[in-house]
Amino acid sequence: MNRRDILRRSAAAGLLATPAAGLLSGCATSGGGDKKDAETYQGTKSAQNPLGVKEDAPLEVVIFGGGFGEEYAKAHEAMYTEKYPKAKIKHSSTQEISKTLQPRFVDGTPPDVVNNSGSGQIDFNGLVSQNALAGLDDLLAAPSLDIPGKTVKDTLLPGAVEVGSYDGKFLVLNYTYTAYGIWHSAKLFADRGWSYAKTWDEHIALCKQIKAAGIAPWTYAGLHPRYMSWPLISTAIKFGGPSVATAIDNLEPNAWKSDSMRAAADAWHQIVKDKYILEGSPGLDHKQSQTAWCQGKAAFISCGSWLESEQKDVTPAGFNMTIVPTPSLGSGDKLPFEAIRGTAGEPFMVPAKARNVAGGLEYFRTMLSKKGAQDFTKKVASLTVVAGATEGVELPYGLSTVVKALDASGANGFNWVYNNFYRKLERNLVDAACGEFFSGRIGPAEFLEQCQKGADSIAQDSSIKKYKRTA
Amino acid sequence: MKHGKWPLIVTFLVPPVLLYVFFVVSPYLQAFQISTTDWLGYSADANPVGLANFKTLWHDDYVWNALKNNAILLGLVPVLTIVLGLFFATMLAMGGRKGSAGVTGVRGGALYRTVYFFPQVLSVVIIALLWKEVYHPNKGLLTTALHGLGLPAPTWLGDPATAFWCVLAVMVWSNVGFYVVLFGAAMSAVPKEIYEAVLLDGASRFTTLRRVTLPLLWDTVQVAWVYLAIFALDGFILVQLMTNGGPNFSTDVIGVRMYDTAFGSETKFGYASAIGVVMFFLTLSVAVLSLRVGRRERIEYS
Repeated sequence: MNRRDILRRSAAAGLLATPAAGLLSGCATSGGGDKKDAETYQGTKSAQNPLGVKEDAPLEVVIFGGGFGEEYAKAHEAMYTEKYPKAKIKHSSTQEISKTLQPRFVDGTPPDVVNNSGSGQIDFNGLVSQNALAGLDDLLAAPSLDIPGKTVKDTLLPGAVEVGSYDGKFLVLNYTYTAYGIWHSAKLFADRGWSYAKTWDEHIALCKQIKAAGIAPWTYAGLHPRYMSWPLISTAIKFGGPSVATAIDNLEPNAWKSDSMRAAADAWHQIVKDKYILEGSPGLDHKQSQTAWCQGKAAFISCGSWLESEQKDVTPAGFNMTIVPTPSLGSGDKLPFEAIRGTAGEPFMVPAKARNVAGGLEYFRTMLSKKGAQDFTKKVASLTVVAGATEGVELPYGLSTVVKALDASGANGFNWVYNNFYRKLERNLVDAACGEFFSGRIGPAEFLEQCQKGADSIAQDSSIKKYKRTA
Repeated sequence: MKHGKWPLIVTFLVPPVLLYVFFVVSPYLQAFQISTTDWLGYSADANPVGLANFKTLWHDDYVWNALKNNAILLGLVPVLTIVLGLFFATMLAMGGRKGSAGVTGVRGGALYRTVYFFPQVLSVVIIALLWKEVYHPNKGLLTTALHGLGLPAPTWLGDPATAFWCVLAVMVWSNVGFYVVLFGAAMSAVPKEIYEAVLLDGASRFTTLRRVTLPLLWDTVQVAWVYLAIFALDGFILVQLMTNGGPNFSTDVIGVRMYDTAFGSETKFGYASAIGVVMFFLTLSVAVLSLRVGRRERIEYS
């Protein structure tokens, strides 16, 4: 017998083994599923225990190991075990939420609490359309842990429930409160005697002045250009009112080509045309562009209120980063200059098939207690959706400007959610269009055309579940 | 030893075959099955949809765009890598020709060989991050060098006109070292006398490479070709880390499309599996084709 025969025979053996493998192939999609009923944990509901937590039931928490780290979650877990000393908490942290947890969802054994965030986030559209998430209505109706006389719902900032709702069902707890605006260094502006412009024409004039001083007025995350879609859409909403956002979220025909969007795109095109953007920006990622901005190479950058903690290591002392709303297009704007995009972010969810759903909700109640929220704000310098939880907490400079901006904005604040409904639309399609637009390769009309084409492709895709929201 | 042969063969072959079937063959079969469903990946429900996924795929412009990029990679990466690899290996093995010593490598050959092999020692992730910094549009090595010479520099990965070629260059760069060593080893198996005869006949270095070395190395080149072709059809890690397919999908490859469809911006596992199945057949055909087309008579020394 020679080598070739052996190879041949082993190949034959492999073929014989194939049918067995064929049987295996059913596993991924047909396994699991029914394990749920067997061992879920449910205690008796009472005034002390409104969610019916079984006091000795284990709780598994998976945290996204991103900018906020995981220490804050460990503190929340400690608060949970303080109340339920017999409960054992399994804590883990990962940056790859979808890759790590996908098999467990399929198997029907997901963790009880998932912080579904970061670039490895699981698309919420898919999760919701597959009924993979537990409803959080019981949580809203439960009394707050340490704010007497109020239900959890009463303690939340406006908009916190809406942003986590799909077709009116509250499924996702967005824990942080994030403002999206334009950032600059208060120190740089004070040193140079500049002041932030409230209208677009003044903004362009200021850009000219900044450029003359040898500093690039703008920079942006060229490799994630969707960051620039935020101020552009904000400008359009302030010009045309919140219905501009509703139309985009509801995938209405030609929502991206509305007059307001056109006006906003034309305005923003000015900073591209007049070369007010730091050279090379299209090749920078978010960290690189934010670092260039911190180094004083550019005056403005678009970002959310996580910017300060993300840049903690490279921000010079006394930089005093300050958030401001987008400039108004003119006196005809429907919303005042102070209006800023504020929204609940950093999503947490309880999978529908989690064994300890009640425990997951109770964990959320712990997070939403005043104590839990204050601890979070102290640890990671970010606001939570719990109203008034910053009282008595000393905030870092940038975050204090965020609080001020949100206060000034008040009831004029606005938001959009198409990025939650249709992750692909923002992450892929609008992102690509922004890249072309802000690097000057296409003009405003083509930009809106490309965004609209992306929205239309989502609207026409019957495999994507559609959601609607009312104003 | 004769009577003890079977137990030995069984012990050594059965476990690996079983492992292979379990971890390689069965997922493949599973992917075929999943590709005919509308599975969204986070529940156990999946409805059979027949070939609908493949029909959608046929009309999916993003998939075609990615395939086009893969085709360019397939056309260029193997050729460039093999040409460069052969060139360097030749120079290392027989570049120096001075004096009566006949055929020797260039001076410092050992050093070059080590340096060429460096990229192979680094993990692909490191390579991607390293080059991302080299391509930094403001303070990267390339931009600084060009500005130093008073030349304008593009934004490299930020411009659809250059990004793809930047990634392609990294692919070639990271592969060449391995093939220098591979070809070098193959060349050392070629008897010295042949080269001495060639030298006496007065052939130039280029003619030697084309008429003598290359035919003698054909088997190795062919293997290299298949490996590189498969690499070019994949290219996933480098692209995902350096550009994630951007800007404006200019560096998208089919692997990134598949990943993005399942784990990225969507959770369409059924559709992603269909892309995977297409990728499987493409890779298979390319491998078979390059083995067929490249078939030549084998030369044995002795």
